[in-house]
Amino acid sequence: MESVTPLSTLQAGSQAVIVSIQIPPESRGRLLEMGVLTGTRIELVRRAPLGDPLEIKVRGYNLSLRKHEADLILVRRD
Amino acid sequence: MSTSHGSPHPIGVSPSPDGPFWVVLTGNPNCGKTTLFNSLTGLRARVGNYAGVTVERKEGSLLGASVSRPITILDLPGTYSLSPQSLDEQIARDVLFQRLPEVPAPGLVVVVIDASNLQRNLYYATQVIELGHPTVIALNMVDVASQNGVEVDAAALATALGVPVVPMVASRGQGVENLRKLLITRAQQGPEPREPRSFLELPSEFGAAAERLEAQLEGSFPGRRRFSVAEAVLILSDDKVLQARPDLYPAAILSAVALARSRLEKAGVDWRSAAIEARYARAAAIQTAVTRELSPPGETLSDRLDGILTHRVWGLFIFVGLMAVMFESIFSFAQFPMDLIKDGFDWIASMVGEALGPGDLSSLLTRGVIKGVGSVVVFLPQICLLFLFISLLEDTGYMARAAFLMDRLMSRVGLHGKSFIPMLSSFACAIPGIMATRTIESPKDRLVTILVAPLMSCSARLPVYTVLISACIPNLRWLGIIGLPGITLLGMYLLGIAGAMGMAWLFKKTLFPGEPAPLILELPPYKLPVVSVVLRHMWERSKMFLRRAGTVILGINILLWFLASYPHSNEQAGRLSDQRKELIGLAQASGISVSDLGKSTGTETNSSVVLTDIQQRWQALASEEAGEKLRTSYAGRAGRLLEPILSPLGFDWKIGVGIVASFAAREVFVSTMSVVYNAGTSDSGDERATSSLAEIMKREKRADGSLAYTPLTGITLMVFYVFAMQCVSTVAVVRRETNSWRWPLFQWFYMTGLAWILAFVTYQGGRLMGWG
Ligand SMILES: Nc1nc2c(ncn2[C@@H]2O[C@H](COP(=O)(O)OP(=O)(O)OP(=O)(O)O)[C@@H](O)[C@H]2O)c(=O)[nH]1
Ligand SMILES: [Mg+2]
Repeated sequence: MESVTPLSTLQAGSQAVIVSIQIPPESRGRLLEMGVLTGTRIELVRRAPLGDPLEIKVRGYNLSLRKHEADLILVRRD
Repeated sequence: MSTSHGSPHPIGVSPSPDGPFWVVLTGNPNCGKTTLFNSLTGLRARVGNYAGVTVERKEGSLLGASVSRPITILDLPGTYSLSPQSLDEQIARDVLFQRLPEVPAPGLVVVVIDASNLQRNLYYATQVIELGHPTVIALNMVDVASQNGVEVDAAALATALGVPVVPMVASRGQGVENLRKLLITRAQQGPEPREPRSFLELPSEFGAAAERLEAQLEGSFPGRRRFSVAEAVLILSDDKVLQARPDLYPAAILSAVALARSRLEKAGVDWRSAAIEARYARAAAIQTAVTRELSPPGETLSDRLDGILTHRVWGLFIFVGLMAVMFESIFSFAQFPMDLIKDGFDWIASMVGEALGPGDLSSLLTRGVIKGVGSVVVFLPQICLLFLFISLLEDTGYMARAAFLMDRLMSRVGLHGKSFIPMLSSFACAIPGIMATRTIESPKDRLVTILVAPLMSCSARLPVYTVLISACIPNLRWLGIIGLPGITLLGMYLLGIAGAMGMAWLFKKTLFPGEPAPLILELPPYKLPVVSVVLRHMWERSKMFLRRAGTVILGINILLWFLASYPHSNEQAGRLSDQRKELIGLAQASGISVSDLGKSTGTETNSSVVLTDIQQRWQALASEEAGEKLRTSYAGRAGRLLEPILSPLGFDWKIGVGIVASFAAREVFVSTMSVVYNAGTSDSGDERATSSLAEIMKREKRADGSLAYTPLTGITLMVFYVFAMQCVSTVAVVRRETNSWRWPLFQWFYMTGLAWILAFVTYQGGRLMGWG
């Protein structure tokens, strides 16, 4: 079953594909340059002990983002 | 390597009229540029396993280059792209764009890429190749890639990129020789012409807009014609460059960019992401073409480690546990070597004292120089241990995890986890900590981090804490391992962290309100630390500590010795010498030899009551004389002048002398107290001569006969040192990094004011509770 949800709601260890990034254009530049793009496959690796930030795996490396940004990245689970 | 030029040129004369050949190292953060730089130049620049270790340009000359054509290697901070987000990234961009007058055009650019993280590294590498400089790729970390089951075909990569590729493992020196040879050949033959090339297949509207802009750029900057295409794409897609530095481009270009963007928007093209998407598409294609997966990707050892170290429950426990172990071992393991060093200095002092005989020169050398410097050098083992721990944190990759774990806490005060890295570095020294803030993207957050970083307890405070803890805090132990001294030390470090957080919160609320910046923090895979790197790093930093002891502290000590020894008061001396003569007369009358007088009481089993009595009076006289001498000295007068502001904190004027002197550098407190108490000793047979500073302080009495160093005094004094800004070098660095005197002055006053107020609260509060 396909469903679109924010990246922040993924279960730790599960993968999805980014369908849209709703972070305001002015502050999304660096994220895009790090390879977090529409169509990119992404894995939520884990949440930090206090629930925030999140660790994700994208294009073969690990990156940490806050829940605030992850809420604005929509993904499609497969 | 060519040595065909016959006789070698004299050293120091540049044989080449056009100067050295410049090689620039650039690449993503943490891909191994500095490791390669060190290997090429034999230098020892700092490396570590997290993004943002190098934050400034570093030059070195290539070992093995021919004398006729020296080669200068330039190490740059890492950057994720040519659209910089922070100060350190700007440096890399500015060098490649030849915007820095002091850096000549690169003869060759070496793009270091991480084979285990190929796609993102290729994103940057293709950006640099498009600039058209003569370029070589250093394909680093092939060992990590093959551990992950990935093999990169260097020859295929070279074809795909159109530039030579040298595979290597820089941390083990493998492959570095090939690059060295290549650099030398290139330096000799000069740059080889290269066709400009682009890796982008842009949407047609975007491509057309870029071409129009390119023509305009060529007209305005003929010197950069080579990469006008690349520059056009960059300034079209990056709104920050033009906003930050509109002065870099003529108005015609600025308006052309604005027009092109609005046209693209109308055509439904996202000008911010079009080029990025096109480039990643290409990077992904190249990656697929040149890599072979030997084994299916699975969980790596690093992933499994992370499962424990950043675990939901255990992560924070492990973090706190690591810190506790660090402080406990700083206390316990360092004790033995510290005793050895102390004995060594005592021995030297006694040899020098004997050789010179009594007198002012001997006193200067033994008490001002040897003991004063010794009192600080004694802490070398503790400093080494502290640096060892920090180096391990940095080189294993735990540093980024600490930032990850602490981000939530930092967000409470309005900063983010990245600010925690400079703060952790400040445990070693605030100066590298403040430099490390260059990696923080938001200028406001950077300034707040600079303002609070010196509140983290640096290594210079460690001697102060240790002396005060040994002198004032009872050595209680529970369960055999947990000791009150260790806990007190940990407490002081925590107090500094809490202070830094509190002040950061306050500054973010009042001076720099604003939205929190997004956190984008790379978590590099853990690496086994390279032993030689860790040890070298520890030693480099410890050497700095020793150098300070031998220069700044030595100088201040000599000055202090003079201030604490002069002027001699004649009237006092006269009165005391009368009393002394009287005692000598008494001794001779009872048949006691004068040389026995100075010995400490009761050393001989058969010592008579008379002898003991006279000995005691003799010693009381000696310390009265010493105290009097110090009180009337210049340092004593200055210290007493400060009593009104120090007595509310429970400090006497001797402590005042120490506090004032340590505004130059904190560890001076220790050497100052050593000079103050030793300058006060009489010449012969005083047991102070071999006591440690802490023991002397333990015995020190106030005028009213009560102990000078009670636990409350000790804690109050430590609280003062946690907060006070007592470091001239930090002030200078903050001035440089903020480009004004405003912030360093502000910082100095807020920290020192806070120190006084909190010390006051501690002391008066403690007295109300009935301590001390
Ligand atoms: N396994 C392995 N580790 C390496 C290699 N090269 C460097 N390292 C390690 O990678 C880490 C990063 O190295 P640095 O030289 O500091 O990287 P950098 O590119 O200068 O990093 P920044 O200055 O932060 O941009 C260090 O822990 C090195 O020991 C390599 O070829 N193989
Ligand atoms: Mg570096």
